[in-house]
Amino acid sequence: MATTTTSVELDLRELVEGVVKRAIALGASAAESVVSEGSEFAVSVRLGEVETLKESGSRGLGVRVFVGQHTANTTTSDLSAEGVEQMVRGAMELAKITSEDPMAGIPAAEQLGKIDGDLGLYYDDVYSLSTEERIDQARRAEKAALAVDARLTNSDGGTFDASIGRKVLANSHGFTGEYRSSYCSISAVPIASDDAGNMQRDYWYSVARTLAKLESPEEVGRIAAERTLRRLGARRVKTQKVPIVFDRPTAGALLDHIFDAVNGDSIYRHASFLAGKLGEKTFGSNVTVFDDGTIPGGFGTRPFDGEGVPTRRTTVIENGELKSYLLNTYTAKKLGLATTGNASRGLAGTPGIGNGNFYLQPGEKSQEEIIKGIQQGLLVTEFLGFGVNLVTGDFSRGASGMWIENGELAYPVEEITVAGNLGEMFSNLSEIGNDLIWRGSVACPTLRIEGMTVAGE
Amino acid sequence: MDKRFFFEKYGLSERDLEKYLGAALSAGGDYADLYFEYLTSTALSVDESMVKSASQGISAGCGVRVVNGERTGYAYTDDLAPEKILHAARTAALIASGPAKTPVVNLKDKARPSLYPVTDAASDAELSKKVDLVFRADKAARAYDSRIKEVRAGYADELRRILVIGSDGTFAEDVQPLSRMSVFVIARDGALSSKGSSGGGGRHKFEMFLTDKTPEHFANEAARQAILQLSAVSCPAGEMEVVLGPGWPGVLLHEAIGHGLEADFNRKKTSAFSGLMGKRVASDKCTVVDNGTLNERRGSLNVDDEGNATNNTMLIEKGILKGYMADKLSARLMGLPNTGNGRRESYEHIPMPRMTNTYMLSGDDLPEDIIKSVKRGLYAVNFAGGQVDITNGKFVFAASEAYLIEDGKITAPVKDATLIGNGPDVLTRVSMVGNDLQLDEGIGTCGKDGQSVPVGVGIPTLKIDRMTVGGTGSAE
Repeated sequence: MATTTTSVELDLRELVEGVVKRAIALGASAAESVVSEGSEFAVSVRLGEVETLKESGSRGLGVRVFVGQHTANTTTSDLSAEGVEQMVRGAMELAKITSEDPMAGIPAAEQLGKIDGDLGLYYDDVYSLSTEERIDQARRAEKAALAVDARLTNSDGGTFDASIGRKVLANSHGFTGEYRSSYCSISAVPIASDDAGNMQRDYWYSVARTLAKLESPEEVGRIAAERTLRRLGARRVKTQKVPIVFDRPTAGALLDHIFDAVNGDSIYRHASFLAGKLGEKTFGSNVTVFDDGTIPGGFGTRPFDGEGVPTRRTTVIENGELKSYLLNTYTAKKLGLATTGNASRGLAGTPGIGNGNFYLQPGEKSQEEIIKGIQQGLLVTEFLGFGVNLVTGDFSRGASGMWIENGELAYPVEEITVAGNLGEMFSNLSEIGNDLIWRGSVACPTLRIEGMTVAGE
Repeated sequence: MDKRFFFEKYGLSERDLEKYLGAALSAGGDYADLYFEYLTSTALSVDESMVKSASQGISAGCGVRVVNGERTGYAYTDDLAPEKILHAARTAALIASGPAKTPVVNLKDKARPSLYPVTDAASDAELSKKVDLVFRADKAARAYDSRIKEVRAGYADELRRILVIGSDGTFAEDVQPLSRMSVFVIARDGALSSKGSSGGGGRHKFEMFLTDKTPEHFANEAARQAILQLSAVSCPAGEMEVVLGPGWPGVLLHEAIGHGLEADFNRKKTSAFSGLMGKRVASDKCTVVDNGTLNERRGSLNVDDEGNATNNTMLIEKGILKGYMADKLSARLMGLPNTGNGRRESYEHIPMPRMTNTYMLSGDDLPEDIIKSVKRGLYAVNFAGGQVDITNGKFVFAASEAYLIEDGKITAPVKDATLIGNGPDVLTRVSMVGNDLQLDEGIGTCGKDGQSVPVGVGIPTLKIDRMTVGGTGSAE
């Protein structure tokens, strides 16, 4: 039998509210539905020529049903009436095989809500450029990179991407909320060769919610070129313990591990080295970390979380003391605490924990000043690999960067690892930079950490 | 099973397909294809001895690609109504700007191998049997040792139906089952904590989990690792001899050399392996293949995502670089054989050269002789995953189970260690190759340019004369 698919424009609010009603009519005691709709445009240019041009849109629908304390969820990309009915019935059927979980449920009605007003998440200008103008952005970024130095002989290209999305969430307490978001980005990935033919690549990018805040392609290309060139002639170093400086991107990756460690899912399972440490001094007194889902225009900002709870500003670590975990409704119940409005929800699965704008409070010194104070040390500019054990906090990742001698960057290093323990590392932050810059939803200034091991020759 | 699935479900006809491909080539171009996908998936897990939730999903769509020289235009739709597919085809056509071309549409499928059962896990076993699996894993892990405190066990299956129609007469349909179990545990003893994980599966019938890859098998393995790690010592840091155990440590091959031999990087000359064809890249004990034709393996495919049959491709023969893994675009532009390595994550993605099952063939050495030959080194038998920088060849991977070797004997287990090396020379330092090739249990997923695809890896026991190990312990 041929199934006809509908192409009629749907009212997405009506759609999710209808899904919730249908689940209740089929016997669910509670239900929650989410629909997301998005368009993306991506162009990549390599050596001046367009390499790929991609443009598309998609929609997806999900439902989570509760039958007493049993829960299940289903998703579909088929938004026809039959597709939707099949999805809801599927979830009801699936709930029969799940266990009774006393903690299962959507948030209480009084916890629901959203931040009013324009949070600056959506600008339709990201889609305003013509195809030729978009190609031009990518081409200019690559061209600017390759123009910096004759040793930049090849390229993995320049890109310009834009996307817009809309998300609508409804649940059986009568909550319906929605928001739109937009992104645009430019990147360049130049490749440099030395006389011996050894190649190095690095990259740089700019991302923003509006074209108005995007760095120019020339700026992105220039920084990408500088980062790539300084890697040429990289050496290895002897295995030793030295002060290590992490630049903003790598410091941000370290802070991301701290987010994982305060994630309520890891906490209630005792799968984090910070589990059970609430109220304790876990890090150095100079460490203060916030999660703020309300910063206008932020990459981690949204008016409500994945369960319809308003986002907020949470002090996670204050002067080294662990003040709060980051929680959704389920993990909060498990820990006897209140949700912090950090539920994250894609279409499928149960809600997880997502950060808002997660950052470490900056200090006073510039990166340059921090490096000046080091006789022998390492500036880490890139990690490779994923060697982090959250249960113990043990950390060991591949790295590359610049060797520091007498307060100056001396030469590039590669094929080394840096290792330590996250708990000890954040207790041994001897310097925190003043350079907090948002390039994603996690941001950290330059950090100097003592006592870590560099493994090399 | 139901071949012609898309024709029946969506009322597709030969005329429709001609019309879509005609729109794709309406501004010229060398080649166009349509990729239809219909994916159903089920996932459930036990956590704190409860099946807290279960998920099912359906995702369908069509991707249209137009290739013009080195340029690719791509658009997709998750709505399979004719006007939506036509719109996608016209969007993809924007990459070209010439006179229209007429596609050849051929609806005769070639005879193909059948590497996996025509099975549908969804109907193959009732949901209750899948629930039994995760409960059995939970029970077995907890029974292994009273120090096992947290157990999460998951089961997931999917059935992917694809239809590829190309303007060169390509016509291929395939039905690809894939399932896996996974077990993650945490052990605690006083103030000490550790974790262990295990899992596996493939493109096989559900019964495999009842007879061979049982929940108890995976649960015991995860629990064993976690208990072992409770007594692990700090990993030494520095250069040393490294012995890799058979099976999953083959992820080293995948990272260190596999990605570097994907044709796209070599076409663009951005790989550390560019220009090394016919040259020595490994010791003469090393022979490495990429083989998508193994029965029921996680990385196997009857046809790749461009409709070509997969192959057993020689990559490195006795140390000499012999071949790259190619897709249609690379094969055409580089004048290489198309090895059937064109893969994509879904209809939303552009295909590119990817690995299938990548492994090193057995050598002559006995595994025990390999261990005996090491005075002081590391024996790594399980890995959490790795990453490579294609351009400078540096790769890294994290060992989740490793031991010290002292005077030819395996001694203390060490905590999470990271191994780092240089792709083009790591295999030149392979001095012994065991006679015990094993493939992994079927858990690997490879990421490249934001696209994930299932893969397999394998090696026999290997000795690498010198590698850098990253740890916190003293090197002395």
